[in-house]
Amino acid sequence: MRDLAWLIPLFPLIAFAVIVAFGRRAPGQGAYVAIAGMGLAALLSIGIFFEMLGGAAPVELNTQWMVWGNYPLDIGLRVDHLTTIMLLVVTVVGSMIFTYSIGYMHGDPRYPRFFAYMSLFGFSMLLLVLANNLLFLYAGWELVGLCSYLLIGFYFERPSAARASMKAFITTRVGDFFMFLGILLIFFNLGTFRFEEIFAKVHDGALRDLTVGGLPLLTVAAVLLFGGAVGKSAQVPLHTWLPDAMEGPTPVSALIHAATMVAAGVYMVARTYALFFASPETGALHVVAWIGGVTALMAATIAMLQDDIKRVLAYSTISQLGLMMMGLGVLGYTAGMFHLMTHAFFKALLFLGAGSVIHAMHTNDIKEMGGLAKAMPSTYWTFLIGTLALSGIFPFAGFWSKDEILLEAFHHNTILFAMGALTSFLTAFYMFRVIFYTFTGTLRSHDAHPHESPNVMTRPLWVLAIFSILVGWVGLPVGGESRFHAFLRFDGVEAVPFSVGLALVSLAIAGAGILGAAAVYYWKVVPASTLRAAAGPLFALVSRKYYFDEVYGAVFVRGTLWISRAMRTFDVYVIDALVNLVGYAGVGLARFYGVFDLYVVDGLVNLIGGVVGRVGGGLRYIQTGRAQNYLLAIALGVIILLAVGLFR
Amino acid sequence: MHVGLTHFLVVSSLLFCLGLYAMLTRRNVVAILMGIELMLNAANINLIAFNKYVAPAALNGQVFALVVITLAACEAGVGLALVMSAYRNLETIHVDEINVMKW
Repeated sequence: MRDLAWLIPLFPLIAFAVIVAFGRRAPGQGAYVAIAGMGLAALLSIGIFFEMLGGAAPVELNTQWMVWGNYPLDIGLRVDHLTTIMLLVVTVVGSMIFTYSIGYMHGDPRYPRFFAYMSLFGFSMLLLVLANNLLFLYAGWELVGLCSYLLIGFYFERPSAARASMKAFITTRVGDFFMFLGILLIFFNLGTFRFEEIFAKVHDGALRDLTVGGLPLLTVAAVLLFGGAVGKSAQVPLHTWLPDAMEGPTPVSALIHAATMVAAGVYMVARTYALFFASPETGALHVVAWIGGVTALMAATIAMLQDDIKRVLAYSTISQLGLMMMGLGVLGYTAGMFHLMTHAFFKALLFLGAGSVIHAMHTNDIKEMGGLAKAMPSTYWTFLIGTLALSGIFPFAGFWSKDEILLEAFHHNTILFAMGALTSFLTAFYMFRVIFYTFTGTLRSHDAHPHESPNVMTRPLWVLAIFSILVGWVGLPVGGESRFHAFLRFDGVEAVPFSVGLALVSLAIAGAGILGAAAVYYWKVVPASTLRAAAGPLFALVSRKYYFDEVYGAVFVRGTLWISRAMRTFDVYVIDALVNLVGYAGVGLARFYGVFDLYVVDGLVNLIGGVVGRVGGGLRYIQTGRAQNYLLAIALGVIILLAVGLFR
Repeated sequence: MHVGLTHFLVVSSLLFCLGLYAMLTRRNVVAILMGIELMLNAANINLIAFNKYVAPAALNGQVFALVVITLAACEAGVGLALVMSAYRNLETIHVDEINVMKW
């Protein structure tokens, strides 16, 4: 079955083609086609997963694509344990979200187009995950970026959505540029794109002694690659696009901007982990860990003060991605990927729940909601499960994975552990703030009539909720090692053994967060306004998202505009002047040539014609048509010739 | 007076010039044809004379003269037929009036 892995990305691609070709005439206006494509991919992925679980060896399907100079370029898929996890997450979560979209996108004027884009995204993401070389990983990487752009700007009539899509595309491109540099650095030093060959060569110490600008080449290459992940996974300082990306439809936010695409950065780091790990003194991993840690903490603080339900979740996503990066950075290869997997399920669930709420309320503002638990019980319960999972409460999925990251951090770097712990406290706090605002109390908006969403939307919620409860249990340590660790490991990194004490600490931190949120927003022991006043300038700083957007706007946007204006001035006054000069010179020269042509060239031609005409006219009289005249001429000619002959 | 080759050649060239004169000056086609006959006969005299005085043993000159006479007869026949045809169609045999081919 692993040999059929190439079919997995093909199914969504075919679905995409069918929807594009048939539009509204496709089954279910395209929705059924998309779900069929994703569902078949999911079935195959599950099959492969169980095969791998049964101890099957990783396979690689590789064939030569073309030869570039001396370098053969390959096209190929690699199915190993890491890929299997990602396949499972992408296809299962994807299928659920596709199904949910039937209800959420119902009545949208661009309904088939939505499913076409989603299918294209499915293809791109699966290509990214399955690629066995950096080149095709990069191709998939850019394709998911394109789909993200198309789907954020799905409601392109809204200027904010159009701007957000542009922002997302350009910001991630900044990261991609660094990633491309990293890929080239590796390619030109090792002569191959294939992961297997790269890792083998790196393992043999191929790049150990090389330096770039005084820094070890391996570290530079790994950090450049990580630059791509910073952009795609919305890490500081390129995180600003993700909250704006919430302009897209909610299923898009769930699939692309929570579960899969933004996790691609984490996946990429895990995929090329050998490079990071081989960098001298694991310098590249320190960069990953610190960027992840800072991102996690910063995004969590911002999430506390957001009123848009989707933006809270967006910042939460950034924060959790930061945690994953931190996990990878502190040698918690398995922990990071584990959190990626569990996070995909419960964050997709939370986004879909938020979508269900938005669908009912027609607003994103949690301060206008309230008391929705009664009106929307399914949404409430599933959202609560997702929240508990995200907060890291036993026995939900997030508990297991987050605990592992904290455990790894605790054993490697105390400051990072403190940041992670604070993040998880804040996570529990802001998530329960959302719960209390949205589902408890009384409805604050007067013109809303909330109702439960249709079954086609709530059933995927329940499926994801069940996953959110169960999927963490693969991290249950049995005899010192969990099933997940046994399945996915990076050779050379020893997992830190499970510690009940630390698990209790992390549970206590999360509980404290929940209690804190309850004290402020449910029991209202401490009014939120008092806290705000107490925090003072800190509050202003956080509520303005640390002024990232303002600084970027002032430096990069205005700087770019200034440069473009300067360029325009240069263009208008120098380039255009030159072009016009050439133009005028051309016209002047052409006029001169025109005169020359008219009087000299034409004159010569007419002269020749006229001369020939005159001569012909003159000679016409010789031709009389009388044979006797000709005969006379002949006779005279003979006489002359004779005379010449005789008297010479 | 001994009659030699020169005498024959003088007679023949006079005859040729007469024929040529007739051909160039006459308007009547029949007269022109007669001029042509004169010129052919002048050539015949030349042939016979050269045969007699230069190579008496050979008969080439005489035979060739006979051929020329035959040719002249044919030519006269064809020429007169053309004259008849021209006269029937154009009611004239003056060469300066037969100009239908002139543009």
